[in-house]
This record gives sequence, structure tokens and C-alpha cells, in this order.
Amino acid sequence: MKLWPTNFWRSSACAVLLLVVGLSLAANWLAPAGYAKQYRDATDASPSPQHWLGTDEIGRDRFARVLYGTRISLLLAPAAALLTTLMAALVGGLGGYLGGAWARGAMAVTDLFLSLPWLFLLITVRAMMPLNVSPLASVLVTFLMLGLLGWTSAARVLCSTAGSLRESDFVRQARASGIRGGRLFWIHVLPNLKPVLYAQFWISIPVFILSEANLGILGLGVAEPMPSWGSLLKELEGLVSVGEEPWKFVPLILLVVVVTAFQLVLSKQAEVAA
Amino acid sequence: MTNLQGRSARMRTMGRKAIAVSMVCLGLLVGSVLAQGELRLCLRSEPKTFDPLKVEDDASVTIRYLTGGVLLRVNRQTQALEPELAQSWKVSKDGKQITFKLRSGILFSDGTPFSAEDVAHTVQQLMDPALHSPTGDAFRSGPGNVETKIISSTQISITFPTAVAGLDRQFDQVAMLSAHSPQKEMAVLGPFMVADYKAGSTVQLKRNPNYWKTDAQGRKLPYLGSIRLDIQANRDVEMLRFKRGEIDLVNSLDSDYFDKLAATSPQLVHDAGPSLDSEQMWFNQVAKAPLPEYKKNWFRSAIFRRAISQAINREDLSRVVFRGHAQAALGPVSPANKFWFNSKLKAQAYTPDAALKALEGDGFRLENGTLKDKEGNAVVFSIVTNAGNKYRERMATMIQEDLQKIGVHVNVVTLDFPSLIERMTQTFDYEAILLGLTNTGLDPNEQMNVWLSSSENHQWNPQEKSPETAWEAEIDRLMRAQASSADAKKRKESFDRVQEIALEQAPFIYLVNRNALSAVAATVQGAIPVILAPQTYWNVERLSVK
Repeated sequence: MKLWPTNFWRSSACAVLLLVVGLSLAANWLAPAGYAKQYRDATDASPSPQHWLGTDEIGRDRFARVLYGTRISLLLAPAAALLTTLMAALVGGLGGYLGGAWARGAMAVTDLFLSLPWLFLLITVRAMMPLNVSPLASVLVTFLMLGLLGWTSAARVLCSTAGSLRESDFVRQARASGIRGGRLFWIHVLPNLKPVLYAQFWISIPVFILSEANLGILGLGVAEPMPSWGSLLKELEGLVSVGEEPWKFVPLILLVVVVTAFQLVLSKQAEVAA
Repeated sequence: MTNLQGRSARMRTMGRKAIAVSMVCLGLLVGSVLAQGELRLCLRSEPKTFDPLKVEDDASVTIRYLTGGVLLRVNRQTQALEPELAQSWKVSKDGKQITFKLRSGILFSDGTPFSAEDVAHTVQQLMDPALHSPTGDAFRSGPGNVETKIISSTQISITFPTAVAGLDRQFDQVAMLSAHSPQKEMAVLGPFMVADYKAGSTVQLKRNPNYWKTDAQGRKLPYLGSIRLDIQANRDVEMLRFKRGEIDLVNSLDSDYFDKLAATSPQLVHDAGPSLDSEQMWFNQVAKAPLPEYKKNWFRSAIFRRAISQAINREDLSRVVFRGHAQAALGPVSPANKFWFNSKLKAQAYTPDAALKALEGDGFRLENGTLKDKEGNAVVFSIVTNAGNKYRERMATMIQEDLQKIGVHVNVVTLDFPSLIERMTQTFDYEAILLGLTNTGLDPNEQMNVWLSSSENHQWNPQEKSPETAWEAEIDRLMRAQASSADAKKRKESFDRVQEIALEQAPFIYLVNRNALSAVAATVQGAIPVILAPQTYWNVERLSVK
């Protein structure tokens, strides 16, 4: 007997995600001074009525930066996940559905991408980019790169699923009834791939949030002065004691809460996919 | 009566002898007790060599300082040159020859005697082109061979083909090698010798039993018995280990750590004032750089560069980024360099209004919060710095906000170091770079590679075939003039003028000189932290551990 039904956890996770997204979208009203304003006479300040989460090393309001950073990470990570899912569907799903040499070719390309050290690849691509891009463009480019490089695992799953569907009885029956090509794919295969696609989409979101955070910690993610969870987590570098400045952990706690909420939501998707 | 007096006199003499012997025994006992202590500190990278002539990395420099015996030593506290293995020295008027009179009776750590023959051997090795000694480069002022003449076992003269500026001071870096010891470079004349080396872990040094120096009480130096150098690249871990008492000294402390440590243990931290190191930014002035022509025109304009410099609030950079442990920089020489700093230079005031006025005088105009040039191009450029350096990232972000006030839009870009260096030295695909310069030496010759227009390290426009501007030609002339003169006053005049031109033309926009911050454990006695490296253990032979 379960103390709390699964639905409760999923509903709670959805509520948390909605609350976080809502707060981040309301950043303009909740933190009107913005994320870039430097209060140079109040640097590294403790929480106060003026600065609810204190200020960072150069005097920027941490609460404002958390809200705007959350907005960036939460809006662009799903966008990158969507791109990844589409690419995975294109390479893995089509490869698996067509089978034979197509499937082998798709998997060869996937394996090649999987074997690439993605972190070094991202660093290299970042280094090759034009320097004079605005912070907003740097955000878009960062997540675009993550999306373009992160489709491989999903492609393997989709290739395998599409391959099974291709050999399934109902697809054979449809083929015997004269349905072929795009129509067969559209009517019989794609609807059955949807749960897997959804699951891959949801799984990718926390992965990209964490990837951006990793890039941000390396100083290679979103450009200053724009905040992201990665750049906010950089503040924890060199923090000698957890108890000294607990408010600096707010971005980390938020990241853990959001990623956990995504995991709880996607567990249902995984069940459906299974 | 006579016998009694004689007996009493003998008794007194014996008593005095006994006291003297007891004092010596006590001294030896105290000496041996003191010599038991172990000093522990961190090397921030693996030492690449133990050969003092091949040293170029910081870790090897540290080991050379602790183990090598030199003829002359720059006192890190007074910045004066002092005799060490050489009792006295004389530089010829033309600056080509130096004659040393050596101390006698000195032994290497393995017992091999030290003589003029070892000095000749060391100099020949140092100047051997096949060895590619970075230390030897400082002595290569012109083509030709270096001649050594052994006058006696304690006297030697060395003649260079052309004048070497600051010749005597260069010997601070030259650790003497033995010409005869079977241990080769491991036989040393410094206070310590390498006892053990575990790659990636530790370098263990032990006291050199044959070290020649004694203290004022006649006790043999060094006081310490050994030094353990732990190889630890991570500064956070180094700091944690200091807090736990696992290491005794930390050099070049970060200002963030300094303040945190000062809050709990103010007696352990030391701010010795501005160091020789500077943080600076510069614009790309390379003619073949892949940049739009209008941007090249901005960057080549001294008015533009000076205006940008005026619009940067250096006081805020020092106060906010370095928590007050830095000073607004004036030019290529830090005020900490007592002799070579040009004290007539006036500090660059933060005057954004004056900067805007100067730019307007040069054809720029402010439109809806954006500065535009004569052709209507918005003034937008990127500042690149190395990823992971939080101080530079913060400085760049503050400069971004400062320049926004005069309508200049700055994009801050952080790149991994190899990519940044490639853009800086190979592709020239950048607009402005913010980096630091670490100065280890005091002499202007140390900066020759930066100021000569033909040099690879002439960052804003490297390897010019001939000086592209009149002021660069003048700097070339002045730097060569100071390098070929043995007259300190004339050299100072030349280098003062170089500093003035650097301020007028602003090829480098100097931002701050960081303070020399360090931490010394309460158990260490005798430490006097200074600005010159090695900050906390420059007098290592006189340090002891409780």
C-alpha cells in the first residue's frame, strides 16, 4: 500500500514546475531593477529587504539574477530538447523504420556522434564562434549547440523502437492491405512512436539544464551580464563552508528541485513509453 | 699564597672554559632542535626540471630558489643587490665585463669545494646555445662568445660580447653548478637540497649540511631541518589545507580568501601592498586582422584608446573586484618597483564626461544612448578574457557597465586559454583582450619582449617589420638605448620616457596592480612577507617552525 499515490507526486511536481516558471516569467515585476544593475557599494551583501537573496561579488541583486536565470534555463532547455527529439526522430526513427542499410547507416552516424567528447566539442565550437555576439545570441547559440549535439541517445532508442514497430503484426497487416511509404509511417508508426518521443523530450530537459550549468561553471556558457543557472552556480566555487552563506545555495536548491520535478513528471511518460 | 692564587686563577680559567663549552653545547643543542622543524607549502604545478639552468616554470623556480647558491642576490625586502657566494664584484664602465671575488672555504652539498672554476663552468653551460637556457637569454645582448677568465681560485672575470644592461642583477637567477661533482646539478650551494621526489605528489627538501651561512650568534643556517613541497594545483584545496594546518605558507593569496581568513584569523594574513603584477586590456591594432576597417580605425586612434581608458573606473575595480587589495595602475611599472617606477606619471582619473567629449572631438556622436562613429557605425566591441578567472570576468563585466555610460556596447567573451592564445598570436581574430602580466624581475630589460615592435609579445601588433607608428619607433629607440647602457641614471631617463609614451598612447590600458597577499601559519617564525617572489619564504634560511 502506498502512503501517497503516484498522482500526488506527479501533481506536486507539475505544481512546482508551474510555480517556478510563473515566478521566472514575472521577473520584470518582481525584480524591476533587472539582472545587470551593479550596486557597487553593496557588493556580496547578505539578504536584506532591498536584496532578498543578497548581492553577488559585483553588487548585482541575486534574487533578480535567479529569476532571470531560471527563465533562460527553463525556456531554452525545452527548446533544445525539442530540437534534439526532432533530430532523433529524423535519424533514429526513420532509420529504424526503413531498416536494413538505412538503420545501419543511422546507427553508424549515431555511434560516431556518441564517441565524440561532447564537452571538448562544445568548447571547440564555442571558440570558433564569432566573438561579437550579444548576450542573447550567446544564450541561443549555447542551447542550439546543446540541442544539435544531444540527440544521439534518443536516436538509438527511437531506432530500436521503430525497428520493432516495423516488424510488428499490425504494421505487416497494414502493409499487406496495401498501405505503404509515408502513409504507413504517418498512420501506423508515428502514433506508436509518440510515447517514446515524449519520454525522450522530457528526459532531455534536465540533461540540458545540467549541461548548460556545466558549461556555465567552465565560463563557456551564457555571456555576461545575462544570468543562467550555470553562471549562478559558479558562485559556489571556493565556498569553504556550507553554513557561511547559505543563501548562495538557492540556485543549486532550485536546480535540484526543478530537475527532480522533471524526473517525477517524466516517470509517468516512461511508464507510458514502456 | 702564590700557590693559592695560582690555583684559584686556574680554577677560574677552567670554570670559564667549562661555561664556554656548555654554551657551545647548548648552542649546538638549540641549533639541532631548531634544525628539526619542517616547513610545508604547496607547489602549484609539477616541477619540469631540477637543472637550475633550464628552469622556466614557477615550480622549478621555487626549487631553484630554495636549493641554488647564487653569486649575488636581490634582497626581496630592500630590492638592493647583496653579495652571496661572491664577496664583492665590479662591473666595467662599458657594461661588458663583470669581475667577482668569491668567498673561500665553501663546499657544495656533497662536499665538493666551490671555486672560480665552478663559476666558469656554470657560465659556459648557461651560454651554451645547445642548452637553450631561459636564464641565459637575459645575458644574450648581441652576437659573439662569452669569455671567462679565472684569475685565481677565488677570482674570476666574465666578458660579454656587448653590454648587458643590469648585468650584476641578472646573476640573482644563476644558481652555481659544480664542475667536478659526480652528482652534477644535484650538488647545490643553497640552504636546502632535494632529498626525494614523488611525481605528482611531493618534493622533499632537506637541510644542506655544508651551507656556508651563519646567523649573528654564529649558529649554522638554515634553522629548518626540511621542507615538504606538496604538488597541489587547486587553489581551493591549498586554502583548505592551510586552514586545517596541513601547510604553513600560502603565496599570492586570492583577495576573496584573504578577507575570509582575515575575518577569523587576522594575524595569519599579510597584505604587502601593490605587487609588480598588472591587469590590463588592449585593442587589436594588427593591420591584417580580420576586422572591419572602421573598427581598425577606432583601435588605431590614440584618442579612442585614451577615452576608453578614461571611462573605466579603476577605483571601483580595485575596491569591488579585489576587495580593496589592489591599486589603480598607472603604467607598465608598478609603484612597488622603487627604482624604475616613474613617479611623475599622473593617475588616470575616471572622467566619463571628458572621455565622451574627447570622442566627440574625434567625430563620434552619442545617439539614443549609443555612440556612433563618423560613418554612423555603432561602437560595439568584444573583450575576451580567459575562462575560469573570476577576477578578470568580474573586471570585464564592470568595464562593460562603465563603457555603457558613454554609449559603448561591450560583449564579454570568456574563452579557454589555448583558444585565446591562438586568436591573440596566430589568427588575430579579436577586438580587445583583458589579461594580466606577471612581472618577476625589476629591471626594464624584463619587458624588452613586450615593448620592441619586432617582438612576438608586442601584443597589440606583434612582429612589426619596422615600427608602424612614430611613437613605437621612439619606444624601440629608448628601450635599445637603456639596454645598451651601463649608466643607471641614463637608463632610468630612457625608461621613464617609455612609461610616459605608454600613458599618452595607451597601447595597453593598465587597470590595476594587485596587492601581494599571503598567509603565514602562526607556527612559522621569522617570516616577513614582501611583494617580490617568493613572498613569504624569501628569507627561508632564517625561518623556523615551532
